[in-house]
Amino acid sequence: MEPLPTPPIPADDPALVAAFEARIAAGESIEPKDWMPERYRRQLTRMMSQHAHSEVVGMLPEGNWITRAPSLRRKMCLIAKVQDEAGHGLYIYCGTETLGVDRHDLVQQLLDGTAKYSSIFNYPTLTWADIGCIGWLVDGAAIVNQTVLAKASYGPYARAMVRICKEENFHKRQGYEIVATLANGTPAQKAMVQDALNRWWWPSLMMFGPSDAESPNSAELLKWRVKRKTNDELRQRFVNLTVPQAQAVGLSFPDPDLRYDAASEDWKFGAIDWDEFFAVIKGNGPCNHERLAARRKAHDDGLWVREAAAAYAAKHLARTTEAA
Amino acid sequence: MSVPPVAGARETPVANPLFEYLLRLGDDRLVLGHRMSEWCGHGPILEEDIAMANIALDLVGQGSSLLQLAGVTEGAGRDEDALAYFRGEPEFRNAQLVELPKGDFAFTMVRQFLFDAYSVLQLDALQKSTFAPLAGLASKALKEDSYHLRHSSDWVLRLGDGTAESHARAQAALDELWRFTGELFESDAVDEAVRDNGIVVDQAAIQSRWQQVVADVTRRATLTLPPAGASASGGRRGRHTEFLGHMLAEMQIVARSHPGAKW
Repeated sequence: MEPLPTPPIPADDPALVAAFEARIAAGESIEPKDWMPERYRRQLTRMMSQHAHSEVVGMLPEGNWITRAPSLRRKMCLIAKVQDEAGHGLYIYCGTETLGVDRHDLVQQLLDGTAKYSSIFNYPTLTWADIGCIGWLVDGAAIVNQTVLAKASYGPYARAMVRICKEENFHKRQGYEIVATLANGTPAQKAMVQDALNRWWWPSLMMFGPSDAESPNSAELLKWRVKRKTNDELRQRFVNLTVPQAQAVGLSFPDPDLRYDAASEDWKFGAIDWDEFFAVIKGNGPCNHERLAARRKAHDDGLWVREAAAAYAAKHLARTTEAA
Repeated sequence: MSVPPVAGARETPVANPLFEYLLRLGDDRLVLGHRMSEWCGHGPILEEDIAMANIALDLVGQGSSLLQLAGVTEGAGRDEDALAYFRGEPEFRNAQLVELPKGDFAFTMVRQFLFDAYSVLQLDALQKSTFAPLAGLASKALKEDSYHLRHSSDWVLRLGDGTAESHARAQAALDELWRFTGELFESDAVDEAVRDNGIVVDQAAIQSRWQQVVADVTRRATLTLPPAGASASGGRRGRHTEFLGHMLAEMQIVARSHPGAKW
């Protein structure tokens, strides 16, 4: 799928840019009515809408297990988690509207296949253990990203991240609890969770995006405090946090090169298969078609419902006006 | 697995009516909550995904608490998960209304409305019961179901009085669901027996008030109530539609594939 043609960006007044960058340097928060460079507005719109789309598409792989959750408590936790994701999606879509974009246009871009969302959700959830691994690894990686984004320069996004991170922490704990329970369970459960970790580990590392050397926007994003850390820094932090958690429950990683480096106090990991990452981004992951098809079907099937709600509201407005 | 009733027997004596009664209450909510949860991620608009997940969560939660109480009442060491995941379909005691596949959004919301209107009346009676554990659960569930009723009533109004298509879908759902509503108000030896436990629910009175609520909302929604006719029945005695078995097969597959495992 080709990206939408990008309209030319109008040149910004250098004096305004200088004043804006001075505010950023002073650690000030940028608010919706403040002046901002057009590139800043677009970068934020891109990041925030991708984040919102990811929350909404992310409901699908996990929703896949709601009807098969193996206990009522797990079923309730999973419904609540997917509900939280819908809430995050809505909250961030509303956040993008402070940048002057319309939520419906963003949703349309997702349905058209022109918008990106986190590549991780293009992988299938094949066993119950995947629900544990998603909570532990995918929400865990999201927390590492979002804890830093909570200090980003754009006020509405930063505040959204503070709130969302609280819920993601809860999800991560639940996910790890599932993983730990399975790892300490029957041989079949243990095999199930090891297999899930084998499948989710590398895609989780890819969630942080391309290596710094191949991330052309990074410098500007860091300067404007849209990002606070590079992709590689965040990825390393995630690995350092996660390896001991797996060791604590006796799980191993599908990486023969994983080793502790005492000098840097880092867990060094093997080479990421970036060909796979870019293939998934381009639409050729295992579930890209299914995810978009499910979103389109929900949208199409819901058309008559949205039309009914609008027609009802219009009729009642008319009746109220007549009565007045 | 308990022995199914002998064909031709009018009514099988029930060994533990309170257990049986709690299963009926719990199964209604677990099965309906499960059906509602099937929408998760596939709703017509994001706001509605949130609302439907919330309703599903409330109902599964109510079902879980009621089944837990049922297990304690039974005294055979079965907890809510044993009852949810390791009973076969003849042992489920929900009304058939709640087990029907979710259908389109109109079918889901009209069914939810018909159940919510019943549930708030039933829970209102149950919160006055002198069986304290049940009264407490009913009181909490009543608050939740009052919100559900407001939500589902609003949708019945929007769909019935929305567009020609939504009206036709809502009317078709009402017509299809109507014959499953009579079962909600049946009364049998179990209802009689639990009076000894301080559980007094006047099914006839509830039915009469339910009819008023349903008549009022459907009239305002410009929908036509179907004529009274033959009513489906059997769920309370473990006789279900063909749909419940498929739902349970999906719901129970993981738990049953790993007997004895903890999750």
